[in-house]
Amino acid sequence: MTSTAARSVSLAEALRRALRDALAEDPTVHLLGEDIGTLGGVFRITDGLAAEFGPERCADTPLAEAGILGTATGMAMYGLRPVVEMQFDAFAYPAFEQLVSHVARMRNRTRGAMPMPLTIRIPYGGGIGGVEHHSDSSEAYYMATPGLHVVTPATVADAYGLLRQAIASDDPVVFLEPKRLYWSKDTVDPDAPPDVPPLGRAVVRRPGTSATLITYGPSLPLCLAAAEEARGRGWDLGVVDLRTLVPFDDATVCAEVRRTGRAVVVHEAAGFAGPGAEIAARITERCFHHLAAPVLRVTGHDIPYPPPLLERHHLPDTARILDAVARLQWEE
Amino acid sequence: MTVLHEPPTPSPTTGQAPVPPWRRPPRTDPAPLLPETEPYHRLGTDREPPEGPDRALWRTLHRHLVLGRRYNQQATALTRQGRLAVYPSSTGQEACQIAAALVLAEQDWLFPSYRDTLATVARGLDPVAALGLLRGDWHTGYDPHTHRIAPLATPLATQLPHAVGLAHAARLKGDDVVALAMVGDGGTSEGDFHEALNFAAVWQAPVVFLVQNNGFAISVPLARQTAAPTIAHKAVGYGMPGRLVDGNDAPAVYEVLADAVRRARAGGGPTLVEALTYRLDAHTNADDATRYREDAEVAAWREHDPLPLLTGALERHGLLDEDHARQARDAAEELAAGMRARLNAEPVLDPDDLFAHVYARPTPQLTEQAARLRQEAAAR
Repeated sequence: MTSTAARSVSLAEALRRALRDALAEDPTVHLLGEDIGTLGGVFRITDGLAAEFGPERCADTPLAEAGILGTATGMAMYGLRPVVEMQFDAFAYPAFEQLVSHVARMRNRTRGAMPMPLTIRIPYGGGIGGVEHHSDSSEAYYMATPGLHVVTPATVADAYGLLRQAIASDDPVVFLEPKRLYWSKDTVDPDAPPDVPPLGRAVVRRPGTSATLITYGPSLPLCLAAAEEARGRGWDLGVVDLRTLVPFDDATVCAEVRRTGRAVVVHEAAGFAGPGAEIAARITERCFHHLAAPVLRVTGHDIPYPPPLLERHHLPDTARILDAVARLQWEE
Repeated sequence: MTVLHEPPTPSPTTGQAPVPPWRRPPRTDPAPLLPETEPYHRLGTDREPPEGPDRALWRTLHRHLVLGRRYNQQATALTRQGRLAVYPSSTGQEACQIAAALVLAEQDWLFPSYRDTLATVARGLDPVAALGLLRGDWHTGYDPHTHRIAPLATPLATQLPHAVGLAHAARLKGDDVVALAMVGDGGTSEGDFHEALNFAAVWQAPVVFLVQNNGFAISVPLARQTAAPTIAHKAVGYGMPGRLVDGNDAPAVYEVLADAVRRARAGGGPTLVEALTYRLDAHTNADDATRYREDAEVAAWREHDPLPLLTGALERHGLLDEDHARQARDAAEELAAGMRARLNAEPVLDPDDLFAHVYARPTPQLTEQAARLRQEAAAR
């Protein structure tokens, strides 16, 4: 493969490249989904793959998510490595029973005899003006299901690297794609993809000394912007990108929080029983004596995802993040 | 079978006026076929005797029915003694169980539900392994690959799409594999039943769906489950053949399933088979069947019990000699004695197993929890 110069690549393009390379390298990889063939997917992530690899390797299925994941489960039982696309976050719910009752527990149920090397790609999150059922942040459901890995990239390099790792994993991976970042770009060499840290590892995107913002997926750019803005108010905020919600990287998170003594968890999903609740509890259990203030959460409200013209009132923004930082008991 | 409608409209290229898209005729490939509403029988006082290889087949089916009945009795007894957590008996449904197992070739796959442990035993699985789920020492007591038997599915109909996917994958790899998936009448109401049949037909996957219609989904009768003339009729909407068979007539079930397996193997796609049968026992040992069905109905079905039905036919046709009967009885007693001896022994349990196979490699969190559990055990 001839290497080209680094150029501007979108997160969507990096995902497509990861799928393409996986298909090319491993004949057991099969893509299944709705409209992923001729159309290339509603977000065009599989654009051109059916033409290159044929309609069996990049297959348009009947419109039935439980059927897609259920048949993919059977394909994995026979030694294939299916990658399924759920068209939107909320359209993945019909597949929930297959995911929870079979995919997540097949390895356990069979004492390791029947692993599930299966990747479930789900575009998730809001901020794109989507109408009802197109903007859910459903990660907490998947995090609460033992047996699944839950992965979400926030950078172009991770979109490629984490998706390749997810497909190569012998465990089922729920791969949550932040759709508001599909069109975000970074300068990379698409023919020499960078090595990224493995699944299960968080990355410090910005070191800080005053407090640590802990986030993932769609909220990473927001947190980096908030940290930039905070400099003007005298705060040096660090930002941790979790990348993998399950397994959770306690070590990286705790090392950062122990250094700063203050933490805010930021995500779009509802706060109540959301990912932030688990993260705050874990930090409290492990870093209590290093904390100068309670761990705070900046999250979506505990409401059904709002209609597009109102979503800006729901989604975390830099002002809300900085307001939380301001409440981290600096006076003492 | 009845063809529902006329052959397709001739192609516009033949010079006839083109058919406008809003008047497109229904697909006729494959031709939608209505199943016979009279279930297929093979046994009966006025029926022909089996010829050629069928004579051996009928005796084999009979031997398995004798073993199967004894297996059900023994598993039920062990449950009463607390050796199994629960046992959903297939007493009365043995003809379906046996036929489903024997009809498959070695490389084929069976997808059973929780009531189908007898089918797995008839396919060659160790009874103690087959009963692992119900004994409760592990969810699946066997490696699915050794006998090509998927884990027993407890959530209804969810195993059907697995069968479709596996059969589809095998065909993509060019392997000669048929998947036979078992479900009950209640399970046909589940969405996964619909999705599995639809995927199978669209993909022309080599799958056979066997519905054991035993009349009840625990307590709810078929009339409250579906308004279809028969469950086999549902096949029509998916564009696959549906067959209705007397599920207590072992040679008939075998024949109909064998046809479907042959068809799938030859690339003809899936078939839906509805076998009319009856659960002579309650749903499980925890169920009280007298609350929802009349003794008279049970008594009537006892008159159509698959075991005496085949025994009678073999006797009438002079195929049941004392040797065969004794060997079957002895094998059944040996099976039961083995089940008693091994299931009365305490299972070997290791709490470490709880963490061993959640992921390929335990997460740091699971490693921590496993260590804590070991400490707890040591402190006790």
